[in-house]
Amino acid sequence: MDFDFIKQYTPLYVEAALLTLNITVKGVLLSILLGLICSLVRYFKIPVLNRITVIYIELSRNTPLLIQLFFLYFGLPKLGIMLSSEACAIIGLVFLGGSYMAEAFRSGLDSISDIQKESGLSIGLTNLQVFRYIILPQAISVSIPAFSANVIFLFKETSVFSAVALADLMFVAKDLIGLYYKTDEALLMLVTAYCIILLPISAVFRIIERKLRYAGFGN
Amino acid sequence: MESTEKILEIKHLKKEFDNTPVLNDISLDIHKGEVVVVLGPSGCGKSTLLRCINGLEGIQEGEILLNGDLISNQKKSMHLVRQHIGMVFQSYDLFPHMTVLDNILLGPKKAQKRKKEEAAAEAEELLKRIGLYEKKKAYPRQLSGGQKQRVAIVRALCMHPKVMLFDEVTAALDPEMVREVLDVMLELAREGSTMVIVTHEMQFARAIADRIIFLDEGNIVEESGPEEFFTNPKTERAKQFLNIFDFDSVHHGSNK
Ligand SMILES: Nc1ncnc2c1ncn2[C@@H]1O[C@H](COP(=O)(O)OP(=O)(O)OP(=O)(O)O)[C@@H](O)[C@H]1O
Ligand SMILES: [Mg+2]
Repeated sequence: MDFDFIKQYTPLYVEAALLTLNITVKGVLLSILLGLICSLVRYFKIPVLNRITVIYIELSRNTPLLIQLFFLYFGLPKLGIMLSSEACAIIGLVFLGGSYMAEAFRSGLDSISDIQKESGLSIGLTNLQVFRYIILPQAISVSIPAFSANVIFLFKETSVFSAVALADLMFVAKDLIGLYYKTDEALLMLVTAYCIILLPISAVFRIIERKLRYAGFGN
Repeated sequence: MESTEKILEIKHLKKEFDNTPVLNDISLDIHKGEVVVVLGPSGCGKSTLLRCINGLEGIQEGEILLNGDLISNQKKSMHLVRQHIGMVFQSYDLFPHMTVLDNILLGPKKAQKRKKEEAAAEAEELLKRIGLYEKKKAYPRQLSGGQKQRVAIVRALCMHPKVMLFDEVTAALDPEMVREVLDVMLELAREGSTMVIVTHEMQFARAIADRIIFLDEGNIVEESGPEEFFTNPKTERAKQFLNIFDFDSVHHGSNK
């Protein structure tokens, strides 16, 4: 193990990690937004949009992120649309993540009984208020585990970004291996970087989960 | 307690589920301060009747008026109408993610846009009256079934409804908790609340009702005062229905 090598290239990893993190955070937040919109459309069965949402979810869940990225990065320019690799990465992540988040929310929404909705209606709330104050908060606490699994899943999916020439963690590792043949060191640093980022995220989610679920379900 | 002011008028109501009639030509007036108890065998349409009144179900024919205003099949404004109709269900229907106080305040705050302090003061007053003031910060899962139902009643009450609908609110309770819930309802009746009650508690029905409506297969078969209904029912169907209940109580008493 070449520790000097590790020391020398750590800053490169840090930079790549920050880039990866930056894109993941943006991608995840937008995915949550998209997922929420999709689940609203499906919950209220809004005509036409409901159809489109179902098709989107199927399409997104049944194609690999890599293919989606290739389409954005190499396919779209043929149609005259040029996107930076960062934009591709975020759009790709949101396209993928939106459907996973939508499904996570939906499993939560489906778990709330009709009686809850009806008791909300019977105190004079509108459909939207029932959703906002009664259904959604309960649905979120039910779907938190699926939801946090998705965040971690999306973060790991970023490893394919290197395919669209984004200098993320995977890209740096492959680069170093290609240049110096320090395979062990480069991979060790890659794994370490992912762990350093993911373990705290996992832990934070576990805490959030416990807090959120406390109100409705006890410990 | 009866007056002539009509709170609720149901005229020739017809309700079908997938072309199967469930309520046929129901006509019924409910006056201010009146307590009407709806009795009838399982599946006769009692719950459906209540659900039609507060618009959880649309109706196929006829109309329902609240204080003279048409309220049936008014999709757009139904949420405004429901502010005047309190409903308590059989299953414990409190919102599990909110404290007792927040459960009660949701309607006044969000539907009626009342000031939080004013509504909270009233809610606390009501909680004191049902002996659950100390539980105001508790979550529903920390309450017994009877306590939950009492809170559900207060939640409806805090909206100042013109009429309260109760659908077998004690049916899912352990026997020792039935009493505390019925007592709250008796208290409301004494204060002159207008109520429509579906129940299987015959003694209670007899004690609280100003009028008994007996439903069978979606028709009002008999309509009379409680004493008359229980001691001298007019129809064969009602006699049968009451006999079944007598038999039940004897059976449980002696055979076990
Ligand atoms: N959503 C629905 N779709 C189809 N049929 C329904 C629906 N709700 C009720 N019904 C039918 O309508 C009839 C009346 O039901 P309802 O629940 O009003 O009876 P009930 O008098 O309240 O009975 P119980 O004493 O058992 O509560 C029943 O035959 C029931 O199967
Ligand atoms: Mg019923």
